[in-house]
Amino acid sequence: MENFEDSIREVAEKLLRDKKVDLIIGYEQGTLPLRTTPCFVEKLEDVKKLVWNASCDANLSKYVVGKKEKVGVVAKGCDARLIAVCAVENQIPRENVVVIGVPCQGVIDRKKIEAKLEGKEVLEAVVKDEQIKVEGEGFEVVLPKKDFLCDSCHTCRHRNPPIYDVLIGEKLPQSTDKNEFAEVSSLESKSTEERWEHFKEELSTCIRCYACRNVCPLCYCKMCFVDQSMPTWFGKTNDLSDTMIYHIVRAFHVAGRCVDCGACTRACPMAINLRELVKKTEKIMKERYNYEAGLGLEEVPPLGEFKMEDSQEFIK
Amino acid sequence: MKWKTIEKRNFSALVEELAKENEVIGPLKEKNTVTSVRITSENEVCLDFWNTKKPPKEVFFPQTETLFTYRTSKNDAEIIESPAIRKKMVLVGVRPCDSRSLVLLDKFLSSGEHKDVYYLEKRKNATIVGLACNHPLSTCFCTSLGGSPSGKEGMDLLLQDINDKYLIQTVTEKGEKLLEKISWLKDAKKADIEKGKKLSSDAEAAVRSKVSLSDVSEKLDKMFDDPFWDQICQKCLGCGVCTFLCPTCCCFDVLEEGEERVRIWDSCQFLCFALQGSGHNPRPSGKERMRQRIMHKFNYFVKNYGKSFCVGCGRCVQECPVNLDIRDVVKTISARKVE
Ligand code: SF4
Ligand code: SF4
Ligand code: SF4
Ligand code: SF4
Ligand code: SF4
Repeated sequence: MENFEDSIREVAEKLLRDKKVDLIIGYEQGTLPLRTTPCFVEKLEDVKKLVWNASCDANLSKYVVGKKEKVGVVAKGCDARLIAVCAVENQIPRENVVVIGVPCQGVIDRKKIEAKLEGKEVLEAVVKDEQIKVEGEGFEVVLPKKDFLCDSCHTCRHRNPPIYDVLIGEKLPQSTDKNEFAEVSSLESKSTEERWEHFKEELSTCIRCYACRNVCPLCYCKMCFVDQSMPTWFGKTNDLSDTMIYHIVRAFHVAGRCVDCGACTRACPMAINLRELVKKTEKIMKERYNYEAGLGLEEVPPLGEFKMEDSQEFIK
Repeated sequence: MKWKTIEKRNFSALVEELAKENEVIGPLKEKNTVTSVRITSENEVCLDFWNTKKPPKEVFFPQTETLFTYRTSKNDAEIIESPAIRKKMVLVGVRPCDSRSLVLLDKFLSSGEHKDVYYLEKRKNATIVGLACNHPLSTCFCTSLGGSPSGKEGMDLLLQDINDKYLIQTVTEKGEKLLEKISWLKDAKKADIEKGKKLSSDAEAAVRSKVSLSDVSEKLDKMFDDPFWDQICQKCLGCGVCTFLCPTCCCFDVLEEGEERVRIWDSCQFLCFALQGSGHNPRPSGKERMRQRIMHKFNYFVKNYGKSFCVGCGRCVQECPVNLDIRDVVKTISARKVE
């Protein structure tokens, strides 16, 4: 991983020096344990701020959408897929971006660590050799990294960026034997009433802060449907019915485009599991259209085009 | 000032007692967070927490609130006021920073010609039972803002965990009256009070996160057009996390829901916050919006009320999805050379 950090800095420095890009978007050390924060480097002397570790969880493709200047961006597998989706949707001019692809070993879910520690605060954390050593007031524990990765990373099948201009390190073996739709299957096995109850409970604590929307690179609409007031399409209160409409429509809007990067779930301050809802749409797209988003620059998302062979059993 | 103690195992009995004449609101473990909710007999107050995920402001300033209802006919409209909430409330387990935030909100929402009656009505009927912090978090910086982990500002009673029991200190007459009704509370022993004092000074020393605000407001006076704002806003997502979870942020939007006029929480970080009917947006980008948040907290409010509009609770620090740390923002301002 340390080599990765050096390589990222080298690549960034070269890109800036050769004036291939005006800006590098990467990660720098955050202010809290197990956190990094997005870093915008324009000057050569700032390149040394760039880091690479298992807490580089922000989806930086978000910051590429709408940028006028030429940018170099550090991209994990899922980040690169979202750059591809946004490029296909004409939101990112591909030629304006230098994708610094990083084969990804998964990012840590600090909420899982918090839950494990049952109320003890992490004051320091070191990640080394597949282990996370966390320390706090009067305790020190070593946790196996693999058990504390984000759910999305657990079942990720595209750890290597499918599109890139520079690749850091070597590609990783791709396979995973985990069932990425396990959570969805358990939802599907519930009755309609049970599912309704489940979502009611899950979404009842939503404060409609829209972090889940704003963090997602696919939510690039200039004016989101929930914000429109002339006319108003949907209620803006935190009444459960209004909240649910927001979430259902958001899930529809990312269907066939979402790559399960997990950013929305990580961003939620209320620890709402948004993944299961978007994962269901991902499963439907796979079953109906044999489509996975963001694997290349040619294919258009199924909901954005019409093909004669599309399944149309709903037309009676 | 009176000092009492209560055994921890009897605390639910105290809550029960309070619930006879009041609506009791206290921290409760829900899913994986602790939130303040209305306590019903079957759920018990949880006083073993760092701080509640959401601040207590929502008790007085709910996220969605009906201001009034109306009926319209062809040539007429009739307004039906929402009934004022007269029920007495007791808020249990309010941390010192949050209790201070209520004092700031009181000032803000009661000054000037137009008072926020919806907030003030509820506030008037509330008694605040605070809970001192023995173990401040690394993100707590209350002492930099004039608070303290055992601060009493805004409280009527202050509880302190002294191992097997809570030490209770009366702060106001209102608090004293509340205690009078509970005859079975024991008077605190001298040793209990001493123990409380020791824990307080330890906790004060344990607040290690410090932010110097001495010249921040002054500097901000000269920084309205500083290029600093362009840098600082780069990673901000413009979400509502930092403002919705902030105990002092209280901006709202007003809208029509059928025949109801309701208000909902709004955030200066949202794109549409300052958007005008004409389509003009005086705060068109993240830069202006971030500037507004920082200016309001550390400059405008200081000018109008002599204090910062932040109590150092650290919620925004912990929950910002991109780790945009307000302490860093303030430090950078402080370190900035301005003309
Ligand atoms: S981030 Fe969480 S709380 Fe905020 S709108 Fe999304 S689901 Fe609701
Ligand atoms: S919906 Fe969530 S998981 Fe899907 S791409 Fe957007 S942020 Fe990532
Ligand atoms: S929580 Fe963070 S990302 Fe969201 S508006 Fe506040 S500073 Fe910006
Ligand atoms: S600005 Fe942040 S630290 Fe200050 S009171 Fe608000 S949430 Fe707490
Ligand atoms: S900021 Fe101070 S008062 Fe608030 S929870 Fe932390 S230590 Fe307690």
